[in-house]
Amino acid sequence: MTELIDLVPASTIQAVLNEAMGRGGEFAEVFCEDRVNRSASLDDGRVEELSTGAERGAGIRVVVGGTTGFAHTADLSEKSLLEAARTAASVARGGSSRTLALGSPQHHRAHQSQGIDAVATASKLGLLKRVDDVARSEGGAIAQVQASYMEGRRRILVANSDGVFSSDDQVRTRFNVVCVASGDTGLQTGFESAAHTRGFEMFDDIDVDEMARLAARRAITKLSARPAPSGELPVVLANAGGVLFHEACGHGLEADHILKDSSVYAGKVGELVASPLVTLVDDGSMVGEWGYASIDDEGHRGTRNVLIENGVLTDYMWDMLRARKEGRSSSGNGRRQSYQHLPMVRMTNTFVMEGTQDPDEIVAQTDHGVYVAKLGGGQVNTATGDFVFGTTEAYLIEHGKITAPLRDVNMVGNGPEVLRGIDAVGTDFSMVPGTCGKQGQGVAVGCGQPTLRLAGITFGGTAA
Amino acid sequence: MSDLQAIASRIVNEAKERESVEAYVSRSVETDLTAYGGEVESLTQASSSGVGVRILVPSDDGFQVGFSWAGSLDDDAVRLAVSQARENAGFSSVDPYAGLAEPDGFPIKQLDLVSPLFSKMSIDDKIALALELERATLAGDPRIKGVDHASYGDVHSEAAIATTSGITTSDERTGAYLSVSALAGDDTETQSGYGLCVSRDPYGLDADLVVRDALERSTRLLGGTKPQSGRVTMVLDPRVTATVLGQIASALSGDAVARGRSFFVDRIGEVVASQHVTLVDDPTDTRFFGASSVDAEGLACRRNVLISEGRLERFVYDTQAARRAGTRSTGSAVRGGFAGRSGAGCQALLLTPGDDDLAALLARVGDGIYVQSISGVHSGVSSISGDFSVGAEGLIIRNGVLAEAFREATVASTLQRMLQNVSAIGSDLTWLPGLAAGLSVAISDVQLSGR
Repeated sequence: MTELIDLVPASTIQAVLNEAMGRGGEFAEVFCEDRVNRSASLDDGRVEELSTGAERGAGIRVVVGGTTGFAHTADLSEKSLLEAARTAASVARGGSSRTLALGSPQHHRAHQSQGIDAVATASKLGLLKRVDDVARSEGGAIAQVQASYMEGRRRILVANSDGVFSSDDQVRTRFNVVCVASGDTGLQTGFESAAHTRGFEMFDDIDVDEMARLAARRAITKLSARPAPSGELPVVLANAGGVLFHEACGHGLEADHILKDSSVYAGKVGELVASPLVTLVDDGSMVGEWGYASIDDEGHRGTRNVLIENGVLTDYMWDMLRARKEGRSSSGNGRRQSYQHLPMVRMTNTFVMEGTQDPDEIVAQTDHGVYVAKLGGGQVNTATGDFVFGTTEAYLIEHGKITAPLRDVNMVGNGPEVLRGIDAVGTDFSMVPGTCGKQGQGVAVGCGQPTLRLAGITFGGTAA
Repeated sequence: MSDLQAIASRIVNEAKERESVEAYVSRSVETDLTAYGGEVESLTQASSSGVGVRILVPSDDGFQVGFSWAGSLDDDAVRLAVSQARENAGFSSVDPYAGLAEPDGFPIKQLDLVSPLFSKMSIDDKIALALELERATLAGDPRIKGVDHASYGDVHSEAAIATTSGITTSDERTGAYLSVSALAGDDTETQSGYGLCVSRDPYGLDADLVVRDALERSTRLLGGTKPQSGRVTMVLDPRVTATVLGQIASALSGDAVARGRSFFVDRIGEVVASQHVTLVDDPTDTRFFGASSVDAEGLACRRNVLISEGRLERFVYDTQAARRAGTRSTGSAVRGGFAGRSGAGCQALLLTPGDDDLAALLARVGDGIYVQSISGVHSGVSSISGDFSVGAEGLIIRNGVLAEAFREATVASTLQRMLQNVSAIGSDLTWLPGLAAGLSVAISDVQLSGR
């Protein structure tokens, strides 16, 4: 496969950056991307429409004062890139030009696989086909089985007027199973997902049969689920619930919200914003995790950033633009969905570090509450800190024991209040993959936590 | 013939013997700009284009189907997409229901979705619109402490479809929008609210309305507290109604129904909603921003009555879902651009308005809650089980009028029960950019969770 740097030689990149800086711009960047995505799905035992997609292009931005000019093109010829550079530079209204000298590019590789072509399509489809049998063998109530396989290779090349000149080669693989169970109470679903910044070798460590069994059992269990409670209750959140922190505080710690004063965490560095049991980290350097890459989409290496340490807010997450405004360096959190999008502050792999308590003990010490085994997605209003997140597997806790299953329900809380109310943190850390949406852009993120207990959160069920 | 149609036809003409081929080709040119702090924060000017190719290879009892897309109209990229779609077909299982749309004789209503004024506004004037939007919002109320974003955007898009089954159609539209998100409050509290307006050209945008909406929505939430839990009647704001209708639309997709993934399975002819509910999907109604002459398979869009005075009348079908269900396409194929595969879905949902304006609707309700916005829809609403549980904020309704604000609450029911419990529908039809038009709707007996 042709490398990006062969398609867009260093001399072209240099010419484009010079053009972009030609009208008095203070900063310019060229971001080139070549992306191939493949997917296949299984429905009712049949492999349906296999899909392949390819996209290639460049986005060019020019910053002058508080203004960013941006243009993108699917044509990587020098002529077309120069034209995009002039369009992006049109926000600068004249001024001295700067001539830049680029060094040699730094090439990175965010995976150890042979690429997505190394494994035969038939092997990939073989994984899908076994899911149907395995899931249906869990019980006659399983009415529908869907599974999907997705893989993508994304190569990026980024150069800017500050001297960044780097490339990365990223491979991501994802496998999902959805089962629908049918019973007297209607239809219920069970979902399992595995996703990593890895190639097909991901399946050396992931048992697709086990995913199918879990998804099927979850759907069947929920057929006998009772309506979830309404009102405030203690919650034990199992280690598959990392999305809580993504919503409850992750977004609120993104520097773009902070600089616009549209986050409840603005101006709170050094203050106690969570229970002292909580240490929250965003780590773009966790090799193989869903939110991992060698470099972010602005060419900065992913790093481990402690955001909350023992309950005290220590820092926010920064992209280049926001860091530049504050005269500091990026924390490696500048990400974009594709070359057609402007980068902004995004999370990578965000997690709460493990504590000291045995997870079983945390349940045993909860007299009455809800055990949430698995969470769905969530949403936050960063300005108020109010957030919601939904369960996809939950049970009542009665007298320290996990009992009746509950129907899916959303919980609502206020970030700072919920973080302060965490009163137990377990030892069983794990990560789950997710897709984070912000201003219409989706990026891959990892979320992690150990089992932990929230003193109280409001359940949006229908039972009294 | 447009250049997009020429590309689509060329792809289809390259079909091998016995193959069925569909080509979807699209292009859009867009401007996006945001104002912040009295200057342009970002200005994006770009175009994008691409092609999606579907190839069906016949076998004894159906077709093998392959799909591929390319984010480019270059000859090489298009050629690669065609060969990969063909290769992918070879790997897929035989599908007895697969098939391309075939001309069904339903006349195509040519809608005029392009404004001649679209390209008349200069970039400087567009910038001025966004800057003024921010300024007017900040100046509009002393309780406004900031603007998160003030944006202007426009897009001119074209698409062409061609198939070996004899379909050749094209579609062209223009659109512009303004939106602003206001932050109200003081050092101790912040509330946010946004205003939004869409039009076929920048001159049709009503900035005053956008500002007024953002101001009202952000300031009226100030001082909100957690409400008392209980069974209540809720009045949904028109925007919330549109969001909820979008979820109900998923359950009305003939594809979801045929695959057993909808709470409406086996319920055609039954009363599924209160008598106030008549729900029509009509993409040929040009009051809808998303109006369309043809669906995503190139068949004529048409008016489909889905629920009539509470009775479930029909589902929406694309060709494949129709074949699965043993019926005909309702001209309801939808797709998310060239990279998306098509499926069956609603396109322009209109709930028949009632007689009450909002004041009359609130008076009728007496006591309850007015839900201004909901959150967590993708995690808390299922079009399969019908379970409904979302975060909510808004205002308490007391003695028939809006009173104090509430926040950090949830409302829960099931979509099935909510449809049955629609007690009144407002007359305040609101045209929104999504797939459903908005209206205030009163729904009784939902569970409010707060304190």
